[in-house]
Amino acid sequence: MASEPAAAPPATEPTNDGVRVVVAWLVLSAIATPLVAIYVGPLIPPGNGSVQAQGQTFSNQVMTSLITPVLCLMVVFFAYGLVKFHAKQREAALDGPPLRNDSRIQILWIVITSTMVLFLAGFGTYELLKDGAGGGQGPNPVALPANHKAAYPIQVIGQQWQFTYRYPRLGGMESNQLMLPENTLVVFHVTSLDAIHSFWAYELGVKADANPGVDNVAYVETKGPMTVHVRCAELCGLWHPYMFDNGYVVPHATFTHWAAHAAALYQSIKGYVNRPTSKGGAPFAYTYLPEPTRRAG
Amino acid sequence: MTDASLAAPTPPLWRRLIGFNFITALILGVVGWYVGWFGAHAITATSLDYYADTDYNELSVYLAYIGGVVGFLVGLGFLNYPIARLRGFPPSLREKEEGGWTRYFSLCTDHKVVGIQYLWGIGLFFFIGGLNAMLIRTEQLSPHSQVFPMGTYLTIVGLHGTMMMGMMTSGILGPFANYLVPIMIGARRMAFPRIEALTFWLLMAAGAILTTSIFFGGFPTGWTGYAPLQTQANPGIDNYIIFFALVGLSMTLLGVNMIATVLTMRAPGLTWTRLPIFVWGVLSTAVLMVLAAPVLIAVLSMGAFDRTIQTTFFNPSGGGSSYLYQNLFWVFGHPEVYILALPGFAIVLEILPVFARKPLWGYRLAVAGLLGVSLLSWFVWQHHLFVSGINGDLRPFYMLSTELISIPTGLTFLCGMMTLWRGRIRFTVPMLFCLAWFFNFLIGGLSGVFLSDVPSDVTTHGSFFSMAHFHYTIMGGLVFTFFAAVYFWVPKMTGWQLNERLGKVHFWTMFIFFNSTFAPLFAIGFLGQSRRSPVYTSNLQFLNDWVSVSAFLLGISMLVFLFNLVWSLAFVKKPAEANPWDSRSIEFQLPSPVPVHNFDRIPVFSSDPYGYGEGPMPSLVPTGAPAGSD
Repeated sequence: MASEPAAAPPATEPTNDGVRVVVAWLVLSAIATPLVAIYVGPLIPPGNGSVQAQGQTFSNQVMTSLITPVLCLMVVFFAYGLVKFHAKQREAALDGPPLRNDSRIQILWIVITSTMVLFLAGFGTYELLKDGAGGGQGPNPVALPANHKAAYPIQVIGQQWQFTYRYPRLGGMESNQLMLPENTLVVFHVTSLDAIHSFWAYELGVKADANPGVDNVAYVETKGPMTVHVRCAELCGLWHPYMFDNGYVVPHATFTHWAAHAAALYQSIKGYVNRPTSKGGAPFAYTYLPEPTRRAG
Repeated sequence: MTDASLAAPTPPLWRRLIGFNFITALILGVVGWYVGWFGAHAITATSLDYYADTDYNELSVYLAYIGGVVGFLVGLGFLNYPIARLRGFPPSLREKEEGGWTRYFSLCTDHKVVGIQYLWGIGLFFFIGGLNAMLIRTEQLSPHSQVFPMGTYLTIVGLHGTMMMGMMTSGILGPFANYLVPIMIGARRMAFPRIEALTFWLLMAAGAILTTSIFFGGFPTGWTGYAPLQTQANPGIDNYIIFFALVGLSMTLLGVNMIATVLTMRAPGLTWTRLPIFVWGVLSTAVLMVLAAPVLIAVLSMGAFDRTIQTTFFNPSGGGSSYLYQNLFWVFGHPEVYILALPGFAIVLEILPVFARKPLWGYRLAVAGLLGVSLLSWFVWQHHLFVSGINGDLRPFYMLSTELISIPTGLTFLCGMMTLWRGRIRFTVPMLFCLAWFFNFLIGGLSGVFLSDVPSDVTTHGSFFSMAHFHYTIMGGLVFTFFAAVYFWVPKMTGWQLNERLGKVHFWTMFIFFNSTFAPLFAIGFLGQSRRSPVYTSNLQFLNDWVSVSAFLLGISMLVFLFNLVWSLAFVKKPAEANPWDSRSIEFQLPSPVPVHNFDRIPVFSSDPYGYGEGPMPSLVPTGAPAGSD
């Protein structure tokens, strides 16, 4: 159809180009969208490491399916338009038809984009408020998962350049390794001692900035045993790129066993609690004020 | 008086080298730097924070840079006119009349000279920023930190980001709006020609200061400069603060100048609905600049106070908050990304009708789209802080506002696409770059859907996904349209043609390798590599190596452009026709290059410049106007 005779139709004469594009778009979308939803969407990380991660993956799946028709429209429009309306050499001096407006198309376009946008916002809000989606929500969280009062608290203290994990239910024991019991709702209290860090437990779908003087709360419900890659996601100075470690989700028995061992293991490097204030210690709190001294320069 | 000086012969070169020019500016800049440096010692107090093993403090650094910039501007002659006016001399635009190549290195009030100054000045820093990108990708070839020391790597990342975000802010408004807006609206100059020159030279001073940051230890913060990291960083961060504050000043003045020019200096008949869409884009960008850039200056000043006189705006120990910096920075920062994107929209909509040979479809809708983006961009900034813990309960609102902004952006798409529809499309080089914009910005916009959705953003935030997203919108949106504008208007600006074949080679290599560079970064981000980190899990090495090699090829594509530019403009020098694209826009009705005074008679407009297919072009020459009425 691209090689149709060059005889240009008069400016106002209706053509069936629009019908062709719309039909091609509908057909392509009808084929592509289910394929993307079924085969591509579930592959998108973070995966099924936790209830929250699963929720994120579902969100990604829905959004990927939703943008597929948009992509299809663009592909069809430009593939058809650029081939069909390509100026032939010998008629290069001709102008196209002076179409300046069509209010039906304008209204249709605005209605469709607005509907998509409102759906996305509503869907995102629902998914967020359901269980917090694993994100940091500040000291007064609003998106609470069911049964959040029974959540197992773990404090995450960021400093240049490591995370320290503190277990209030284990007598404030501190560890440089993240251990989580399986199938448990955990609440992270994330804070920092100096610059801004961001606690990113990739497989759990958790990310929460660590701000000095702020208790940033994030909920996550673990599933089966797994390894979790933890890294800092906010540029925090010289060794930021090396601010990562591995955490583990383990069965309850293993967790209890580890806790007993770790208490002894980390006794010698116990950080802040139970150390005299004169030696840099501080009583247990959800936030600490950073030393105002300058580190570099 | 003016007529006599117009006709006066140009003085010899040695005479022109003595006086207020670039060399004097450099000398006075260095003098001013030392005056500031030692001046600080005189007023310094024991309570100031001295560096451990030196006798200087932060105050010296700031006063030195301020002194240096002031000296530089005085050397260029920016004080001459105010002093002359104070001494009772009448207003004049004398600086405009100087001829020859030296005017490109001096204070010149001809908007066309400033436009070309911007083109080369911005181009220089764009090139430096691009080289930094090459260095970043070199380091990313291996999953461990191997090529650069860590501090150097972070500085390179920061320099790349800051240079691009700071300098390219004026990447289109600087060269093209300064050159074209007065012509498009039928004026002979900008509203404030000296301020126009000032914005350029401020930017050059700023660029030099940022580039020399590496001599002061660099800075580890990236382009966002988050406090408290900013407060504890090397003296190199002072270069960052001064740079961005000067850029902010330049942006504010540029915006004020653009708004004043468009509001007050339109020729007769140029009503709001006849204004070229490019001017609308410039206007909406300028409004953002004027309102956003002062916030940047304010937040950086607070950072500078924290570093010099030990205030605690951003230090929780003293009652400050690290959120304050993030909040204020993004109040500026999000309009800033639309300051980068909007001129791109406008260029696409301006160029499409010329090569589709059709009127711009839905003119009012396109204007509404530009203004809508401009307005909504004020209500979205906390989507940069979705996981920061600030205002957790406001996240649904920011999710909604962020997604709403795709409606006016979609209007730009609709108008562009419907302009192409049933056109007679000519695939010239500028047109190819505009068509690539549709593809790039579509990918950028659709990936933005994931970032605007809070649950999805939890994983993508701060990862290479967001980095790929904004490179698709900024590089795919701004830089591609920048090149469209270069190929479209540089023949008009310089009077010499660019090589079409090399232009097509540049386009295709750039388009292919741009996508080959940034598309895999979406996957890398989803797979868990955080931004600004040269250390990543080894399973990502193949993708990263692919990206790096593509990035190097993208760099070579830029060298093709550079070669084309230098070869065509300096060696071939094939004269450009007045109207090589059969455009109906007014600048193409003037000779190439445009004469100093633009128009012999101020034109009178009776239509917008998009009447393709609507019969012969209406005359722009006023008929029956009394002599001297212009």
